[in-house]
Amino acid sequence: MAENNGKTQALRHTISVMVENRPGVLARVSGLFARRGFNIESLAVSRTEDPTASRMTIVVGGSDKVLSQINDQLYKLIDVIKVYDHTNDRIIERELGLIKVSATAESRPHIMQISSIFRASIVDVSEETMTIEITGSEEKLDSFQSLVESYGILEFVRTGKIALVRGPKIT
Amino acid sequence: MGKQMSGAQALVESLVNEGVSAIFGLPGGANMPIYDALYQHPTIKHYLVRNEQGAAFMAEGYARSTGKVGVAMATSGPGATNLITGIADAYMDSIPLICITGQVPTHSLGTDAFQEADVRGITMPIVKHSYLIGAAEDVPLTIREAFHIAHTGRPGPVVIDIPKDAQIDEIDYEYPPRMSLRGYQPPLEADAQRIDEAARHIADAERPVLYIGGGAVASECRDELLQLAERLHSPVVCSLMAKGIFPEAHPLALGMPGMHGSAYANFALNGADLLLAVGTRFDDRVTGKISEFAKLACIIHIDVDPAELGKVVQTHVKIAADAKAAIKQLLATVKPKNPGEWLQQIDEWKTRHPLKRKKTDRRIGPDFILQRINEVTKGEAIVTTDVGQHQMWAAQYIACKYPRHFLTSGGLGAMGFGFPAAMGAKVAWPEKSVVCVSGDGSFQMNIQELNTGVNNKLAVVVAILNNGFLGMVRQWQGLFFDRRYSAVDLSDNPEFVKIAEAYGAKGRVVETEKDVVPALEEALAEQNVPTILDFRTEPEADVFPMIPSGQTVREIMFDDAS
Repeated sequence: MAENNGKTQALRHTISVMVENRPGVLARVSGLFARRGFNIESLAVSRTEDPTASRMTIVVGGSDKVLSQINDQLYKLIDVIKVYDHTNDRIIERELGLIKVSATAESRPHIMQISSIFRASIVDVSEETMTIEITGSEEKLDSFQSLVESYGILEFVRTGKIALVRGPKIT
Repeated sequence: MGKQMSGAQALVESLVNEGVSAIFGLPGGANMPIYDALYQHPTIKHYLVRNEQGAAFMAEGYARSTGKVGVAMATSGPGATNLITGIADAYMDSIPLICITGQVPTHSLGTDAFQEADVRGITMPIVKHSYLIGAAEDVPLTIREAFHIAHTGRPGPVVIDIPKDAQIDEIDYEYPPRMSLRGYQPPLEADAQRIDEAARHIADAERPVLYIGGGAVASECRDELLQLAERLHSPVVCSLMAKGIFPEAHPLALGMPGMHGSAYANFALNGADLLLAVGTRFDDRVTGKISEFAKLACIIHIDVDPAELGKVVQTHVKIAADAKAAIKQLLATVKPKNPGEWLQQIDEWKTRHPLKRKKTDRRIGPDFILQRINEVTKGEAIVTTDVGQHQMWAAQYIACKYPRHFLTSGGLGAMGFGFPAAMGAKVAWPEKSVVCVSGDGSFQMNIQELNTGVNNKLAVVVAILNNGFLGMVRQWQGLFFDRRYSAVDLSDNPEFVKIAEAYGAKGRVVETEKDVVPALEEALAEQNVPTILDFRTEPEADVFPMIPSGQTVREIMFDDAS
């Protein structure tokens, strides 16, 4: 988001960080971000096709200069194998959300209708609540959230974004 | 098949494989198996300190004076936390240091066991890398990786935390012939295109300055640097960490830049149209106000750590490479330049603002003592310093001929560094004179190591510039806080000579200029124990020139003499 005075451009970047699958790696990476004042917006960590490596997908805010520092500082960690900035890539990005909303007999059909528009699935129902699973881009999850807000959101959890580049390119 | 041995024995054997002959440390409950393996070891000598901070600084003194990895050892919990200042110091100044700490047994980890501290967690922000060993069989590979990481690329401290059970368990020992660190590939040679680009800027420059940092010392590029400076007729400024990499008596040497640097070094940076920065990180003590720093200059920056390129100042040519390799590449490309008006201008600055200070009191001047140290040691001694006014005076007045002969806590500015570092250097260079220039405040931070010096016959000389104050803080209070001297009065100092004698070391109070040389000569002749020279110096002398923090060369302050 650009600030009004136009001085600083705090752009958002999605980066993939391949790291050794070892204890303490997450602490090293998150500690580095905290120490150097880099802002993590979301972070997802998982196993990969290589059992000795993990992949972190990190959404960070900052100018190009900040991003370049993040890249260089991450490479200084011995356990970081590869850092990939997706700013100029066409990527497939997905986030998964689970959202528990208040649902009465009256509101239930409305919620189901909204869910179906978003291709979200109802994964649990009780007398007073419905829990919906939704997958998609960040924006999609955001708009779904704002549409069901009026019914009463009891709990909402999101995984953070994961991403891969489109086409045959391997990152 | 290898040989059966305990994890602790494997650790010691691995250290032997890495060429370690000296370890500095102190035992405790969680590293007793290691000390058992070291007991009467035929090739490794252990130096017992009185506080683990002394061990870290001794190991640093050893590392800084040799370029080899220094090894410090401590037990878990308080032993390990006492190492922290030394680890942070090695991190800030990029010194290869390995700290091996005992840890509670694996099954007790995370239970708040006796003397348990999360050493890997505590040290994470101040290490190049760290290990918490999971099992005895991981010991040899860990040591091998740790040494490789500590001294290659941008050197730095590596912490190895080893639980007691991993020290006791038996393994089949074999030193691993290979290691795989796929995430660690420090750059070596520079990109040829960047070198060409740099060479073009150098060819165009009329007012070049070489700005050299500690990275040049780490890459051992003294000869190449000299050749480059002479070919370009370019003046050379050396940061505090690079002191000695360029001979200070050389006509192109401008000494140290920055807050307490020479006026002519700062004028040169300010007037330069080209800055070739090598292995330096544009520390705020050098740059002052960033937006005004060398703002006429095209900046070429060579550093082995890509994260330093563009971190602080905008640079025009960024070269991620080992300093020595990159300078060699430049030497193959750049053509000789003629000495121009620039050198005349610099000579004029040198004449107009020489490093000179005015006496403020009848007591001995710090500059007088430092110049006598130069004369008596003929510039051949290794000089270490503590931190404060005496450190800046030493940086200004000690004349270095060689790199690795001026050891100081630059980035962290850790008081207490000088004396143990001097002893660590003495371990590495027993035939050389080693002088620690200290202050009455700093020396008391590791005064207990007198015992280590006496027991190990480490005959270093400690020259205390005793002014009865925490002098640098007093100076700032005088200049910026209307002389409200808050908590800086050390007039109730102990008698350092008596303390030295109580430990079995030697000591002498020096109160007049005529006694300075005889006292130094006597101290340097001592072969068995440390000698403390308690020089009573001007109490309220300030270090000048001075560019106040965050300001520019326009705000430079002189005393009347300069």
